[in-house]
Amino acid sequence: MSGAGLQIKGVDKFYGPVDHGVHAVKQLSMEIAKGEIVALLGSSGCGKTSTLRMIAGFEAVSRGQISLAGREVHTFAPVKRNVAMAFEGYSLYPPLTVRENIAFALKASKLPQSLVDEKVAYIAKLLEIEDILGRYPSSISGGQQQRASLGRALIRDADLHLLDEPMGQLEPQLRAILRGRIKHYIKEKGLTAILVTHDQTEANALADRIAVMEGGVLQQFDTPQMIKERPANLFTGTFVGEPPMNVFDATVTVSGDTMVFGLNEGVRLEYAVSDFSPAVLAELRNRKKVSLGIRPYAVRREDGGVPARVSVSQWLGDQTHIAADFAGGTMVLVEHDRVRLGLGDMIALKLDPHNLHVFDGESGVAVSHGPELA
Amino acid sequence: METTSTLEKTLRLLALTLVVIFFMFPIFWIFLMSFQTNETILRIPPQVIFEPTLSNYTALITGKLTSAAGTLDIAFMKNLGNSVFLSVTSVALALVLGVPAAYAFARHKFKGSEDIAFTLLSFRFAPPLLVLLPLTQYFQWLGLANTYIGLIWVYQLICLPLILWIVRGYFEDISADVEYAYRIAGHSWFATFRRIALPLAGPGIAAAGLLAFIFAWNNFVFALVLASADKQPVTVGALAFVTSSGIQYGQIAAAIVLSVTPTLALALYAQRYLVEGLSLGAVKG
Repeated sequence: MSGAGLQIKGVDKFYGPVDHGVHAVKQLSMEIAKGEIVALLGSSGCGKTSTLRMIAGFEAVSRGQISLAGREVHTFAPVKRNVAMAFEGYSLYPPLTVRENIAFALKASKLPQSLVDEKVAYIAKLLEIEDILGRYPSSISGGQQQRASLGRALIRDADLHLLDEPMGQLEPQLRAILRGRIKHYIKEKGLTAILVTHDQTEANALADRIAVMEGGVLQQFDTPQMIKERPANLFTGTFVGEPPMNVFDATVTVSGDTMVFGLNEGVRLEYAVSDFSPAVLAELRNRKKVSLGIRPYAVRREDGGVPARVSVSQWLGDQTHIAADFAGGTMVLVEHDRVRLGLGDMIALKLDPHNLHVFDGESGVAVSHGPELA
Repeated sequence: METTSTLEKTLRLLALTLVVIFFMFPIFWIFLMSFQTNETILRIPPQVIFEPTLSNYTALITGKLTSAAGTLDIAFMKNLGNSVFLSVTSVALALVLGVPAAYAFARHKFKGSEDIAFTLLSFRFAPPLLVLLPLTQYFQWLGLANTYIGLIWVYQLICLPLILWIVRGYFEDISADVEYAYRIAGHSWFATFRRIALPLAGPGIAAAGLLAFIFAWNNFVFALVLASADKQPVTVGALAFVTSSGIQYGQIAAAIVLSVTPTLALALYAQRYLVEGLSLGAVKG
């Protein structure tokens, strides 16, 4: 796979003087195979858009290398990189119609007109913009502009497609339909794509792998499933997943056959030592403070569990979200049945050991996921 | 549509009429003056009814001014030609230099870029006379005094900052991503500048060019000091009507009418661009 796809090696981005300016992207290294779809996921200012712009060539790389299809491209002008991009702000050419905007992207490839028409028609059908092909960007809605912009990027036969928040302006239903179609189109044509988004549903639905970024640092680069099941650190654990993972500070004590997580307000979670692998036990013994994480879907109500006081209970039509005061914080749990609970009701919570994520209390790096080492 | 009462309409019309009269009256009066002889102009009280004469215009166009003291040569048509030539070439040069510079200032933040841009703007702060005295000396040393090249050069003090700062604003208003989208589709930055940035900033460039043209056309002091009679524009040339035997009001008025006409025609023709250009927002993608 090396050589064919995209390789980013030790890339730094400074705005302002190198080593003194704003350090937007820090020592980023990642490899994306040809034909893979990768999502850059993170909050605003996490460095994902800077990364995209460095790959496209709109921002200079302060340090490091970017190779695409076997060529070191980080010093190339954008025109030489053979990259297609859909911009967050659409950036259609105002004097051209939607059809011309989309067809325009093919101009450099010098295809015969009949083939261009065919391709435009195909993309327009895919994105449901056939009826606005003859109109000008200023006369269509934001969502339509966004689809036109997406079409202009997808129609090209580039080595890499960069999609910057490609569906942010679309209505939820259309977004769901287009996600599937776009993924199918990209896979069918064997395109390589990087998607920048802050919407984890979009990342999960479209991407083969997700790169989670925060503070300019790549936190984790893995499949959506692995990121959910085995978050590399506390940030990824709490950032990915809806509602977010519950996290509580805890101390660890192992004595005899039992291991105890001591939480605030005297809450004690007791487990048998045999619930964890010896390696996990050895790791946990060395730590005084940890952060204990559990996903809302994994929290069970069961008699004999730890008592908690309900503060919110909401039926969302397909699931119930319950928030309860627990160990000095709030525990959120999700149940698929309609649960009738009132404010102040007492419930008993059970946290199964195989659902526990343990993170280092200081660095936030994952120590264990369930019984296994991280 | 909101409905307006008759009273409101009347008041509006009245207010507009007052404004129009206030601004247009001097021009209207000069227009009337240009068809009168000095005697009818200087009548007291002034009268709107008179016998119109084209003698002022014929005097200007033929270049012969006959007065009580004899015949005087007037280089008015030559002056008019100078005005056109100086303004057009100055604005053209300022556009050629200023538009790419404005693009550079808008798109590329480099060390000291703001300082340079501000320095260029500051040319407009300095009182022209203060600049002119040393400049006259330098121009004499350089052999630029009383040449078209020297005048066009000095006119850049008027045109260049104006074009630079207005056009820069338009370029900044165009989303950089539109240009990026063009570049990534396989075009060089120069092609992007030519085919995307320039057309999108077109109305702004036209407006800035027109304003610069009017400023250049109306300039008086640079040409007064730096040019002799054969290179002077109409603004300076009109001084010739102040003769030893009196002031030729009729000819001055006719000269004003003739020299206002080109800018007025240009402004009317380019009105669409001016409104579009000066109201911004029109170039957003």
